[in-house]
Amino acid sequence: MKTLKIEELSKNFGSTEVLRKINLEIDEGNFLVLLGPSGCGKSTLLNIIAGLETINEGNVHIDDYNVSKVEPKDRNIAMVFQSYALYPSMNVRENMIFGLKQAKVSKEKIEEQLEKVSKFLQVDALLERKPSQLSGGQRQRVAIGRALVREPRIFLFDEPLSNLDAKLRVEMRREIKKLHQQLKTTVVYVTHDQTEAMSLGTNIAIMNHGVIQQNDTPENIYNKPSNTFVADFIGSPSMNLIKGNLKESSNKVSFITHGSNIEIPINGYDFKEKSNLDNKEVFYGIRPEHIFSKKSNEEDFEINLRADLSEYIGHEQIMTFNFENQEVLAKFPSTVKIDLSKNTNLFFDLTQISLFDAKTEERI
Amino acid sequence: MQDKIHSSYKQLEQKSKYTNMFLRWFLYFVLVIFALYFIFPLYVMVVTSLKTMEEIRQGTLLTWPSGLNFDSWLVAWGGRGYGAGDTFLKPYFWNSIKMVVPAVFFSTFIGAMAGYVLTKWRFKGDKWVFLFLLFGCFIPYQAILLPMARTLGVLGISNSVIGLVLVHTVYGIPFTTLFFRNFYVSIPSELVKAARIDGAGFFKIFFKILLPVSTPIIVVTIIWQFTQIWNDFLFGSTFSFGEAAPIQVALNNMVLSSTSVKEYNVDMASAIIAGIPTLIVYVLAGKYFIRGLTSGAVKG
Repeated sequence: MKTLKIEELSKNFGSTEVLRKINLEIDEGNFLVLLGPSGCGKSTLLNIIAGLETINEGNVHIDDYNVSKVEPKDRNIAMVFQSYALYPSMNVRENMIFGLKQAKVSKEKIEEQLEKVSKFLQVDALLERKPSQLSGGQRQRVAIGRALVREPRIFLFDEPLSNLDAKLRVEMRREIKKLHQQLKTTVVYVTHDQTEAMSLGTNIAIMNHGVIQQNDTPENIYNKPSNTFVADFIGSPSMNLIKGNLKESSNKVSFITHGSNIEIPINGYDFKEKSNLDNKEVFYGIRPEHIFSKKSNEEDFEINLRADLSEYIGHEQIMTFNFENQEVLAKFPSTVKIDLSKNTNLFFDLTQISLFDAKTEERI
Repeated sequence: MQDKIHSSYKQLEQKSKYTNMFLRWFLYFVLVIFALYFIFPLYVMVVTSLKTMEEIRQGTLLTWPSGLNFDSWLVAWGGRGYGAGDTFLKPYFWNSIKMVVPAVFFSTFIGAMAGYVLTKWRFKGDKWVFLFLLFGCFIPYQAILLPMARTLGVLGISNSVIGLVLVHTVYGIPFTTLFFRNFYVSIPSELVKAARIDGAGFFKIFFKILLPVSTPIIVVTIIWQFTQIWNDFLFGSTFSFGEAAPIQVALNNMVLSSTSVKEYNVDMASAIIAGIPTLIVYVLAGKYFIRGLTSGAVKG
């Protein structure tokens, strides 16, 4: 039984297609993050799961029951919003029990739930306050509390940390992670922040233009991006995508960029389909953190490039190199000293590369 | 060297101090002139209403009355006590109250509902509905007199307070809807979504969540509608006459129908009486209006 299952879901607003043939499944207790740039349809998808938006095609199942036409309140879900959406005229207590009161839960049960949750989230001292008298972090806690008291099957989070300042965001992120570890409820979480997605999710679904680009574990998303969009979206700075061709001779594959005679060997790469590789136009993907200034591994490939730019950011620096007029970024510890406008020896970790078809932009 | 610079700074400081002082006094001077200019008519009205006809004939507009003589106020409010032809404001004042209270209430309530629907329960074509409502704000009063008269006739409520309530409610809805729509647009729709997930329905969300935070806009609407309806003369004089007339129409009749001598003191007293309720609304509601604005806990 899947806690949440979405089949062939499509949604348009007028003539604009927002979601196209979405398929998703979540197992009990998993934490799914919907990640993507703004306008990719992730919030619409969340609203559809909540029942706040109608569906044009496809179905949403919760616990194997088709809820496509079920009212939001009857879907056994709870949602936390970016603006917290606390009812301004009610105090914290009233905010938290509003849903239970609507559901005509008995007074004793309401009190019991309220006490349990408010203690758990440490908002029990704030119960008589109005939302306007709370700090951002406290409001966020109350909003989560309002969702918790209902003991839903699925928690929906819509960019819950976006309104907090940087420091508080990191704190609340940890708290949400802890919360999930303790309660083990199923979560669907929308964000455009890749750090949030990586640190919180057991699964990440990356969306763009209403289509899921990759739905995988954070490790696979990072190490084996399924197309150039994912490769580019995840990581900071994002993956270097060097344009060039493959060369296959006597069962050995290598990569050559345009106008260069440097052959970068491709060993032990897990090709999806190992045919017609010779002369194939590809993007050679390597992350800035997999380029080193010193040889760390016998297999590392040595290459001599000119340093153009250095960006110092405290614990590390991001250097830009010129590789046949294509920019290649590398991330080094800030202690490494490299002269600008001079050629330097760099080392590519060949076990960490990705290859993409230049035409389809899919991983090969 | 440094002393020289410092002393020149000192001179500049002195200079700017004098300039500022001069500008300040000039500002006060202008403000006082304007204040006098605006208060002058009111002064004449109040002073004249407290004079006897004898005093009015002998003195000038500005002369101070000999004493506090409220006779003309009593005449304006309650009449002289002889039968036919004795027009006084009391019954018409109550007519106006009976007209303005329901008309303000209904137009505000309907406007709030409409604004709520147009922002939080969007439907296909809602933009057009709003556009047509907005159009209603720009239709001149005169243009709807005839169709409205016909409508009231068909409904059988012409020349009645109820008829006027209907006219003012209908005519007020475009404005009240505009006010409430623009206010509710600024309230995050996530509140409505949260409430829907919590199981609240259309009316519960309106009454429990949106209306409690609407105080500022309710007050603005009430001030606006009350002033419009209370001060209206055109609708009142067109759709009612005789006993059903509102106070502005009665005031007009009083002032114009005096056959013998013009009683300026009574006229002035009547005009002030007719204007007092709007003043009261401004004074009372204005306070709440500011309070409502400053408490603004909508977004936080």
